[in-house]
Amino acid sequence: MAQVHLRDVVKKYGPLEVVHSINLDIADGEFVVLVGPSGCGKSTTLRMVAGLEGISGGQVKIGGRVVNDLPPRERNISMVFQNYALYPHMTVRENLGFSLKIAKQSQADIDKAVDEAAEILSLTPLMDRKPGALSGGQRQRVAMGRAIVRHPEVFLFDEPLSNLDAKLRTQMRVEIKKLHQKLKSTIIYVTHDQIEAMTLADRIVIMRDGHIEQVGTPLDVFENPVNTFVGTFIGSPPMNLLSGTVKGSSIEFEDGTLLPVPPGYEIADGQAVTFGVRADNIMPVGHALPRGEHMAEVEMAVDLTEPLGTETLLFATLAGTEVQAKMLNPRPVQSGERMTFQIMLDKCHLFDAETGATLRK
Amino acid sequence: MNRLKLPPWLVLLLPAIIILSAVVLIPLVLSLYSSFTSYRLTRPDSIFNWVGFFNYEKALTDVKFWAAFGRTVLLLTVALNLEMLFGLGLALMVSKVTQGQRLLRTMMMFPMMFSPILVGFQFKFIFNDNVGLVNNALQSLGITDQAIPWLVDGHLAMFSIIFAEIWTATSVFGILILAGLYAIPRDPLEAAKVDGCTAWQSFRYVTLPFLMPFIYIAMAIRSLDVARAYDIVQIMTNGGPARRTELLWTLIGRTGYVDARMGYANAMGYISIFLAIFFTIYFFKKLTQSRKELGMGA
Repeated sequence: MAQVHLRDVVKKYGPLEVVHSINLDIADGEFVVLVGPSGCGKSTTLRMVAGLEGISGGQVKIGGRVVNDLPPRERNISMVFQNYALYPHMTVRENLGFSLKIAKQSQADIDKAVDEAAEILSLTPLMDRKPGALSGGQRQRVAMGRAIVRHPEVFLFDEPLSNLDAKLRTQMRVEIKKLHQKLKSTIIYVTHDQIEAMTLADRIVIMRDGHIEQVGTPLDVFENPVNTFVGTFIGSPPMNLLSGTVKGSSIEFEDGTLLPVPPGYEIADGQAVTFGVRADNIMPVGHALPRGEHMAEVEMAVDLTEPLGTETLLFATLAGTEVQAKMLNPRPVQSGERMTFQIMLDKCHLFDAETGATLRK
Repeated sequence: MNRLKLPPWLVLLLPAIIILSAVVLIPLVLSLYSSFTSYRLTRPDSIFNWVGFFNYEKALTDVKFWAAFGRTVLLLTVALNLEMLFGLGLALMVSKVTQGQRLLRTMMMFPMMFSPILVGFQFKFIFNDNVGLVNNALQSLGITDQAIPWLVDGHLAMFSIIFAEIWTATSVFGILILAGLYAIPRDPLEAAKVDGCTAWQSFRYVTLPFLMPFIYIAMAIRSLDVARAYDIVQIMTNGGPARRTELLWTLIGRTGYVDARMGYANAMGYISIFLAIFFTIYFFKKLTQSRKELGMGA
């Protein structure tokens, strides 16, 4: 097992810089998820750690050793690819044992390691099949098995679940988490799916345009987003953002609606701000679960509803902006119906209108 | 009026049936029939002289025929394997080229654009013992002062023919294998890198199995080509010297058109076809097998 350190890591393709001086320290046994929209450089970063992409600048250390110039095979890592990347001409058993065979281990050792991995991932009945005869979920398990037989110091996962259907994805998510608890190894996991990131990670690294925006535990990045990007990217539905101006202890929105400044913010009069509130914190009166002490009430007309069973998502307009609100213990709501909503101010955020950065001190 | 009513499927197939019988069926039946006669081109009425299996017995007991047969198999084996190796090497190198690859691919095809007859003439000149390029170069470089009889010595003549064959056809393998290289998914190769493979091991365990179907397709196409080799040999050595480069089809051509013994030539032709069929079936079996290994097709 090993720590991974990224020091000022840069990736350039010709004159184009796609990863800008990234710093990240990953502890031994930690499950770190790199998440971000496509093109944010998360896969490139992972591939630099794997050794599949050259490192244009900075340093990557695995287990205290600088690996910049080492080929993948000398980095003691293993990787699970998005498209499984199984060897189609080999059986499951051969796929699992391939890396050990290349490492010239004895057949007895290979069999032992392969059987053990097969046991962990319940692949035993499939050992003599070829990848072509496996379902997507089974292939993904073989790909994971291939990664674990080698007992590497670091596991790298590159969007391993994105080719699976929703149900299987949920199932495999649990399996990956169990696997991590069993193996207690360092894992770097790349995904564009914030739910995967939230559910799997010890720590989430949110990336955008080749920069790290925020690093923190899932709850931390959810509760305390450092900017509007993180606020809208993490959490579903995305955080509602409303533009306004601070007037004394209130925020005035474009149409004149006033809301109190959330507690914990001290902001100069007249500053342009973006007010952020999640759907969970704006609920119709009588269908809410109040959180925190500070409340505000607004009246809005509901445009659209999305019943989800235990709750209903309400789409309404506040100060000219569409906001999403949640209704607990839902009752049928007519389109156009006016309702009074509670806003839990303790859970609301203020960001700088220009930079999008949080204004929390 | 009672018009003949043909079933619609027959009417629709009739044009195809007529064309196929004109260009395939009738010549095929006629040549098969004539192989059981003592048909000589110079005596047309001999086509009715039924001799049964005489021509076949004669061919199967003829040393010259078996020598030509063996030589053709030898040419097939050596030329095909070398072409495959060179083509593979060529394709691997071209696939690494980042700039001007399109131009290189076009240039690779040049040898295929020449008529084999012209290639034969070209190599006949190149290997000529008096004025040929090869001897000239060897002598100028001081490697030898002899005039090496490239096309006169039996072994050297066979070598020269194989050389010409390889020159014309390596690009067939090159192009097909290159297509195979483009079709290889990137992921398994990266997985192999992470799994600890060296460049050679990646090639041996991942790239090559992916390429095998393409190699066998090229083999199947080329085995048909080489099994009917005629033109290059005819021009370069005319089967000589003293029949030492005689291949099946130069022998058959000579028997049929020079000696005018068409019945006998046809009998030999039918035996030879089996050689081509054997290689084709063999390579197609290999092709199916290698595709199955990759989990492609049934």
